[in-house]
Amino acid sequence: MSSGKEPLIRTAKRADLPRYQIYLLRAAALLLALVAGGLFILCLGHNPLVIYATIIKGAFRSPMVIQATIKIMIPLFICSLGVTVAFKMRFWNIGAEGQLIMGAVFASYFALFHSDWPHWVLIIVMIIAGFAGGGLFGLIPAYFNAKWGTNETLFTLMLNYIALNIICLLRDTVWADPKSPGFPKIARFAQNSQLDKLFGVQMGWIFGLILLIFVFVYLKYTKHGYEISVVGNSHGTAKYAGMNVKKIILRTMFLSGGICGIAGMAQATGSDMTLATGVAGGVGFTAIIVAWLAQLNPWGILLVSFLFSVLEKGSTVIQSEYGLSADCADVLQGIILFCVLASEFFLRYQFVLRKKGGGRS
Amino acid sequence: MSMFVKFLVAAVGSGTPLLFGTLGEIVNEKAGHLNLGVEGMMSLGACAGFMVGYVSDNFLLALLAAFAAGALGGLLYAVLTVTFMADQNVTGLTLTIFGIGLSNFIGIYMLGRSETGSLKLPETITRQMRNIHIPKLSDLPVVGELLFSYNPFVYLGIALAILLAFYFKRTKTGLNVRAIGENPGAAAAAGIPVTKWKYLHLLLGGGICGIGGAYCVMIINGGVWISNSVGGLGWIAVALVIFATWSPAKALFGSLVFGALRVLKYYNFFKLDIPIAIYDMLPFLVTALVLVLTSIRQSREKAQPASCGVNYFREER
Repeated sequence: MSSGKEPLIRTAKRADLPRYQIYLLRAAALLLALVAGGLFILCLGHNPLVIYATIIKGAFRSPMVIQATIKIMIPLFICSLGVTVAFKMRFWNIGAEGQLIMGAVFASYFALFHSDWPHWVLIIVMIIAGFAGGGLFGLIPAYFNAKWGTNETLFTLMLNYIALNIICLLRDTVWADPKSPGFPKIARFAQNSQLDKLFGVQMGWIFGLILLIFVFVYLKYTKHGYEISVVGNSHGTAKYAGMNVKKIILRTMFLSGGICGIAGMAQATGSDMTLATGVAGGVGFTAIIVAWLAQLNPWGILLVSFLFSVLEKGSTVIQSEYGLSADCADVLQGIILFCVLASEFFLRYQFVLRKKGGGRS
Repeated sequence: MSMFVKFLVAAVGSGTPLLFGTLGEIVNEKAGHLNLGVEGMMSLGACAGFMVGYVSDNFLLALLAAFAAGALGGLLYAVLTVTFMADQNVTGLTLTIFGIGLSNFIGIYMLGRSETGSLKLPETITRQMRNIHIPKLSDLPVVGELLFSYNPFVYLGIALAILLAFYFKRTKTGLNVRAIGENPGAAAAAGIPVTKWKYLHLLLGGGICGIGGAYCVMIINGGVWISNSVGGLGWIAVALVIFATWSPAKALFGSLVFGALRVLKYYNFFKLDIPIAIYDMLPFLVTALVLVLTSIRQSREKAQPASCGVNYFREER
């Protein structure tokens, strides 16, 4: 600025790109990520192509393995749908982890203490409980945000750890299994409380597909969905249009948290068969990344969460076959996302080089 | 009494990694970037610090490596959020997942190559990072134990907090950076090089977090490598920034309080039968409370820098 010269490279907005170029750009980002990840693997003295092939084979080697991959995908997929609802409103719900946990806690109450109810009644009650648990936990930050503008990113983040410790508290005290020796544990759910399987995978995937349709229609074709996007764009506009912004924030967060809660219910009653401290295990955080990568598009979420689950499952195989840690999945996810994050820039902006001579413009 | 002194000493020890993480995040947020990658940068620092210490057997080199690794994480974040204007929340979370993953990955890779099947820091460096002992001073009753008997990290952290408090309150650059954090457009109009200071402070903050990570593995884990060595402390540090209301000086006090909360469960002072989970929950409950109270009081002084979370594009208003 002091020199009065135009900088060598400056950033400028660009006109909207045609659709095929957007896809091309994303594909280029993914390719770049695979190359970068490949270089990393090469540095460790392995052939990246072999490793990539092993990851993919590792997730599809047999029907049983495919079922396991889907099982990993269920909570991630449902949670991603949940946070999407809030993100459409530009409400940074980083608390999917906590909402998932509370959904699991509420559902577990019925799984543990009402296992004598008729099976289908119990399952339906557990779904409602899971939804309510996650939803209520999502309402807390929404209430304070709507009333006093409390920062939702930080608040939902804190609630994650409060929820995690609620499980520990229950495990160590009132819900401790008296029959379990050593460290306190919550008892395994009775057969009657366990979620049924369909095509060899717990029923959670059905919930996921139903929620997929629901979220897609809700956001795109309903009045609520329209209100969410208006509030997301500007609280002022929404108020001017006569919308009750507070009510919309509360309602949307209840729904967002509730969907994450269903993920928790499915994970606890369908996969873990008990309430474990690792019921969320970082899924709530990964879900945010999945939702973002899919551009908050429910169908995109289906694809991205599937790819992430393949990566997750396949990485366990390269651990057993090549002795490379399964943390490889996280590293690759990170690299992919870094590349895509950078590529998004080129959708909206471009770098402009200084013209020859470079005088004042 | 001696029990209470021991408790305070333990609180300082368990608060120190939080102090580094908090200071790093404060530096980031003052420049207008809510970086959720603290845990990741700490993990990177832990890994680099440990591995360099393991190979070189030199404490100073290990510290430098931890700082450099954390700063590299910060650089990655800076390139994405400052230059490429990527979403801050998503970038930070990715940095966390990536950092933890990479650190665990390298750790397991090195474990696989070690002959004993475990990784432990060699002798010289273990001696160098031991609690200091100043003849006479350290031997004083109570005072010696409370003030002159910590490992070098503790003193480094305290010095850093005081320096940063001075920097953000009294120096021109520090005030300029705060202006950037509040309103980058206005800062740029006043001729402050926004991009340059953002980059530098994101790097600096990352580096400070990295040292905190090194503390986790070198002191808390006693110089033995384990996966997930940072174990969530980075997230507590993010919470602590709120508790300290974005002030480096209060971070000093805050990290002592949070450190005390973290070790309180081992010292049952009131002979109460409180489940451990309640103790573990306390730091987060207190933080949530502070967050709500500051927002109700609408105090501008004690709030997050206004531009946090929003990227700055010069040609947009």
